[in-house]
This record gives sequence, structure tokens and C-alpha cells, in this order.
Amino acid sequence: MAGSITTNNLSATFGEVRAIEGISIEIIANKVTALIGPSGCGKSTFLRCLNRMHELVPGAGTTGEVIWDGRNIYAPDVDATDVRRGIGMVFQKPNPFPLMSIADNVSAGLRLAGSKRNKSAMEEAVERSLRLAALWDEVKNKLHKPGGSLSGGQQQRLCIARALAVEPDVILMDEPCSALDPASTQKIEDTMDKLKDNYTIVIVTHNMQQAGRVSDFTGFLLTQESGEPGRLIEYGPTSKIFTMPDHKETENYITGRFG
Amino acid sequence: MNNGFNRRRRNAISGLAYLLCVLATIIALIPLMLILFYVISQGAPALNLDFLTQLPKPVGETGGGMGNAIVGSLMLIGIAAVVGLPLGVLAGTYLAEFRSPRLSWTVRLLADILSGVPSIIIGVFVYTLLVLTMKHFSALAGGVALAILMLPTVARTTEEMLRMVPDTLREASLALGIPRWRTIVSIIIKTAGGGIITGIMLALARIAGETAPLLFTALSSRTWPTGLDKPVASLPVQIYTYAISPYEDWHQQAWAGSLVLVIMVLLLSVGSKLYFGRKMRSVR
Amino acid sequence: MSFINNLRDKFRRAPRPARERLGDTLFRIIAFLAAATIVLIIALLVIQLFRGAIPSIREFGAGFLSSTEWDPGNDLYGAWPFIYGTLVSSLLALLMAVPLSLGIAIFLSQFAPRWLRSPLGFIVELLAAIPSVVYGLWGIFVLAPFLGETVEPFFSGHLGSIPIFAGPVYGVGLFSAAVVLAVMILPTISAISRESMLNVPRDLKEAAQALGATPWETIRMSVLPLARPGIIGAVILGLGRALGETMAVTMVIGNRPEASASIFAPAYTIASVIANEFAEVTAGLHMAALIELALILLAITLLLNLLARLLVQQTGARAARGKDKRA
Repeated sequence: MAGSITTNNLSATFGEVRAIEGISIEIIANKVTALIGPSGCGKSTFLRCLNRMHELVPGAGTTGEVIWDGRNIYAPDVDATDVRRGIGMVFQKPNPFPLMSIADNVSAGLRLAGSKRNKSAMEEAVERSLRLAALWDEVKNKLHKPGGSLSGGQQQRLCIARALAVEPDVILMDEPCSALDPASTQKIEDTMDKLKDNYTIVIVTHNMQQAGRVSDFTGFLLTQESGEPGRLIEYGPTSKIFTMPDHKETENYITGRFG
Repeated sequence: MNNGFNRRRRNAISGLAYLLCVLATIIALIPLMLILFYVISQGAPALNLDFLTQLPKPVGETGGGMGNAIVGSLMLIGIAAVVGLPLGVLAGTYLAEFRSPRLSWTVRLLADILSGVPSIIIGVFVYTLLVLTMKHFSALAGGVALAILMLPTVARTTEEMLRMVPDTLREASLALGIPRWRTIVSIIIKTAGGGIITGIMLALARIAGETAPLLFTALSSRTWPTGLDKPVASLPVQIYTYAISPYEDWHQQAWAGSLVLVIMVLLLSVGSKLYFGRKMRSVR
Repeated sequence: MSFINNLRDKFRRAPRPARERLGDTLFRIIAFLAAATIVLIIALLVIQLFRGAIPSIREFGAGFLSSTEWDPGNDLYGAWPFIYGTLVSSLLALLMAVPLSLGIAIFLSQFAPRWLRSPLGFIVELLAAIPSVVYGLWGIFVLAPFLGETVEPFFSGHLGSIPIFAGPVYGVGLFSAAVVLAVMILPTISAISRESMLNVPRDLKEAAQALGATPWETIRMSVLPLARPGIIGAVILGLGRALGETMAVTMVIGNRPEASASIFAPAYTIASVIANEFAEVTAGLHMAALIELALILLAITLLLNLLARLLVQQTGARAARGKDKRA
């Protein structure tokens, strides 16, 4: 299945510092998978390893495998650009391109990643993506306005639309609501629920309620001692993780005893 | 009591320092204002359409103008821009976007050194490199000398402006599967565009007024420019030649030429600042 | 073999995506070549000047630096009058420009009312953009005659027994050149100094003010020490500009290759003699001597650049230490 990702013994480093170690997980297609854990546990690093964004940090390295679409994305003949087209990402802070209009922001991936399309196909893609991101009705009359003119929550949905426009299989979300107000958070969670039918979503969040609300599966990462890399403690259906986790640490974290 | 006296003394010293600073500002502004005053008052009367469009007249005949020098200057600036801008912007891009520590350090150091090398030395250098090998003075040699002069400024400004573009935009673009070079060209450089253009205009303003490196590269000419491989007149060199000549009429023309040159340079540098200010507001 | 292995190691150590797109590779190589051009230019510059100077270096050796003879008619060349003229005119210019520049910088950054700051700062920056040939034009027709009729006769009349003010006055000469240079480097030095004074954190100033310091004491205790690296950088940049300035100096210094003790006497600088004579010679010892002069000027500016780096680094470190102590 195109939307599933399997990691085998994945580890990541920043220079000498080990960020995560030995993570093996199977992310299931067309489901929402949440990654939770205290800050500094490496959940964002893990997420960034899934579409080779981690390697952009100077000195960063990875070992292990990430199997997507039947291939290891870290194999020498795989192009990181292709991986990122298939596995999109939404970041913690909304980051629309400041000089581009709303429409150009959405179509940026299509225009700049080399696919030739005519104008009407491009417009169609823009509208479809904005509708998916539940932003269309709010911006349809000002598509030529700069992306930066929108509110924070709208900007984040614009970024989701931008990621959707290139038609990825998987969307990685790195704490997408941490900079947003509750109303905007609600809209994005609704969007995720709709997207699930056609996309695999992996979301990193520090908000356990959010994980409980939106996800089908949950993985709990933890740094057991300071200086140690983050490891995957437990992974399973969200209902099980939140009600009867196998591990003491998971239970402690879920019930708010630390972190 | 003693304390109050002390306090008064200290206040007096502070007041004196204030006065000295005001005085320094006034003293320094006087000659600077005088220069502007003279350039305008001496240059304006000699400035007319003929001056802007005519060739210089032979010695002894009055009238004529610096039309060829104005065209020549534009030509030299054009050559410098064609040679120097792509090199400078790309070099700056390399420094900002491809962080290879050792080479970047070297290039940065050498760019700073190059920008401190007196322009006359660049003239000598280009003379030995191009004029001697091509066996004649040429517009091309002059343009290359100016290009070398603007190269470090353009490179460093580009680097600085690109570094101001937040990494989140690089990530946003790369995460869309946009190739790195496209990210740099279409997203990063475009976003930093206002600042880079400002830097370029300032660099052009600087080379527009350069005289020394042209003296023995582009040389001068009393006819219209005829080709890249021929000597060409330029406004600064023409002003210099006329200024040190013994003819009163030429002195007048030198003032008029200075007025034109100053207007050109100020338009470039003031224009760039205004442009940048507007651009920055629109980004925000 | 081990060399190749080393090389391979080096490439391997750089963390790089396993496969790079063709477009990315091409772009990286093009950008690299552009950056390398700067290295190439500096290398070629040194090589070309050195090669061109060889005949003169062979003929005159180290004596070139100290010889005072400059006689193209007899093919005898010595650099001392030019080195002397270059250094003395620039140092005199600094002597005049630095106090004034610091005054402006302090006024603009600390004292001036807010409404005055940006227009004045704007004017100062504007003046930095005026081409040097325009300064020269003004120098030759306005400043030099003025100095020759008023300031110089006054000094040589009252203080003529002191060698530096002795001798006839012409208007053109070392002193006029120094004044023009001072006017030219004023905007540069004051703009950069002002910048570094504005960068001093407000809380450090407020700390001094809270202790009851007067405005001047605040400036002396907290602003000047922290702005010092920037000020030193500005002064050295100004000196560099003065040393290499060609047109304005050539037009007012009198162009006589003599190292005279009087600051009112005509003199010559390295840049000026190159500007005046280079286009007229085609080859031979004369050209080699001029190129060697260019090489000397290059060496002086490189040394200055090095000195600036050392000084700024040192005072920068000291200022940082001082800040730590205060914190």
C-alpha cells in the first residue's frame, strides 16, 4: 500500500549527539498516527526522518531503514526530492511564502517541482487543495492577496493546502496546532478527519487530548535518562494506549505524572 | 556642599562635551554642504541640452558637451553589470546556501580584502591582464575593472540578505519536493530580492563614480563609443581631464559633468534606499 | 594510493544526500565557480603585479623603497617620496577626520533630538556616495585656493620657524590633499562609528544613568568602551580609503616627487603617480617601477587589513569580557 511506512531500527544523530535510536514501527495507510512524548524525546526528529528532512541539518545523520512504497528511502539511488513529493510536511509554525499570493503559495509545489500543467489545471488543483484544507470559502475572493495577510490559523491551513496540492500519499504534521488558538485548532482537526480517507497522516503533538481526539494509532517516545537517545516505548491503537497501556512509563505520561 | 559643587562640575563637563559634539557636526557639515553648493551653482549654468547630447568641441571652440562620456559611462556600467552581477550574486549564494566551512571562510576573507584594494590597483591589474594582452585600451577592459570592484560588495550583500531569509522557508519549499536549486532560485533569492537589489544599486552607484581604474583601461575618447574593443569616454574621466586642463570653458563643463554624475549616483543610491524601504514594508 | 583514500574520506565525511539531482549538482558547481572567481582574482592580482614588477625589483632591489630619486629621463626610480606622501597625507587626514567623526557619531547616536537624527544620518550617508573626482574638482578650484590664501599663510607667517610649517605656500600640496581626504573619509568613519554606538544595549546605558552619571559620563563609561571595536574598524576603513584614494589627491597634492618636511609643500602619492604616468609608458623599467609601486600600495593595504582584524578581534574580546564582568 502506497501510504504505509515501515521503519526498521531507525536511529538519528546530530553530530555526536544521538537523538533517537532503534525505532521500528509500522505506520498504517489511511489512518492517523500520533506520536507523543515529553519535549526532547526525539518525536520531531523521528518525523523528519520519514521524509528525509532531518538530513538538511548540518552534521545530521541516520542509520536504519525507512520503507515506503516498497523501497528504502535511504537507499543510495533514491532521490530525496521524490521522497518529499510523496511524503509532505506541515510545520509547527505556519510558513507561507511571504511574497507569493495565496493561489501561488498553493501551486508553488506544482509550478516549481517541474510538472508542466496548463493554467486551468493549475487553478483546479488550487481550488481542490484549498477545499480539502477547508480554506476555500474564506479565501476564494482574495486568491491574489499575499499569503502573509491571513490569520495564523488560516496560514496553517494554507500550508496544509500547499502540501496537498502536490498530491502526496502521506502528510507529516509537526505540532501543527501549537501556535494556534482553539478555534483554529478545531478546524485543523476537522480537516485531518476528512483527509484520512485519502491520505496517511502522522502527527507529532505534545497535546495528549489532541492525540486522543484525532488519532487511530499512537506511539509513545521517551528519553529514559538525560543524554540518552529517545526510544519508542509503546505503539498501538490509540484506544488501547490511552486506556490500558502495557508500560508503566506510558501510563505515567498519559495520566500526567511527568513530562 | 562639596557634593553639589562636584555635581555642578560634572554637569558642566557633560555640557561641554555636548557643545563639542554639536560643533564637530557643524564643522564637518560645512565643507560637505559647500561641495553640494558648488556643484549645483557652478554646474547648473553650464548644463543644457547640448551638454547632454553633443560631442566635445576641439580646443578653442566653445560649446559642445559630454554626450559621448555619458553614453560611455552607461556602457561601462552595463558591461560591469553583465560581468559582475551574475558572478557576485552566485558567489553570495554559494556563501549563504552551500555551507562548506573552509572555502566559505577563505572566500569571505578574500572578498573583504578585495573590497579594500584601492581601485587604482585594480586598474593596473586589468591593464596587465587585458590591455597588454589585447594590445589596446578598450571599453571591455574598463568594464571588467569596474566589475571586479563591484564583485565583493554584491557577493557579501547577497550573502547577508539570503541569510536573513528564515530557514523555515527553505524547509517549506524542500518539503514540497521542490529541488534545492529551484528552492534557492525561486523561493530564497526571490524572497531576499529587495535587499539584493538595494545592494546592487549601491554597488552600481559606487562604480558609476569611479575614475582611477578607467584611466588606463577604458582610457578616454572624444568620439561616440564605437565598440567593446575600442577606448571609450566616461563621465568621471572626462571631468578629471577637463578639471586639470588650463581652459576656463572646460572647467565649466567639468562642473556641469560633476552635477550630472552626482545626480546619477544619488538617484541610484537614494532610489535603492526608497525601493528597499517600500519592499520591506510589503514583506511585513 | 593513500592520498586518494584520504581524498575519498574527505568527501565521505561531508554528509551529503546519497544522490543529488542533476540540476542541484549543476547549480552547486556554478555557484562554486563564481565563489572561486574571487579567490582567483586575488591570486591573479598578486601574481600579475609581482610579475610586472620583476624588472624593477631586479634593478633596484630593496633600495627602491628608500631611494628618493624619481627620474624617468635617466631611468632611475625610487619609491620613498611616494610612500612618504601617501602615509603623511593619510595620517594628517585621520588626525583631522577622526575627532570630528567621533563628534558627529556621538551627537547623532546619543545627543541629537530624534527628529534630527535620521535626516542628518541620511545626509552623511549621501555624502559618502559622492564620487572622488567631484571632491577633487572642488578641491582644486575652491579648497586649495582658499587654503593657499588664508590658512597656510597664517601658519607659515606665525609659525614658519617650525619646519612643518616652513617654506612657501602654493595652495596645492600635502595639507590641501589631507583636508580633502579628511572631508572624504568623514562620512565613512562617522557612519560606521554611529552604527556601533547605536548597537550598545540600552540597559547598559540605563545602568550608568541609574547611578547618577551625567550624559557624557554615560557615554564615556558604557557607550564608548563597547563601541570601540566598531570605532577602530571605522578608523582603519577610513585610513584604507585615504591611502588608496587617487583622483581627489592627484588634483590637489601638487604632484612633486619630494619628501619635504613642510606640510604646505607639494608632494606626491603612490596612487597619484600611477594615475599620472601609467597610461603614458608602454614598457620597460618605468612601467615595472610603477607596478612595483602598486605592489607596495597593495602590501600596505593588506597589512592594514590584517591589523584591523587583529585589533577588532582583540578589543572585541576585551569588550565582551568587560561585559561579562559587569553582568
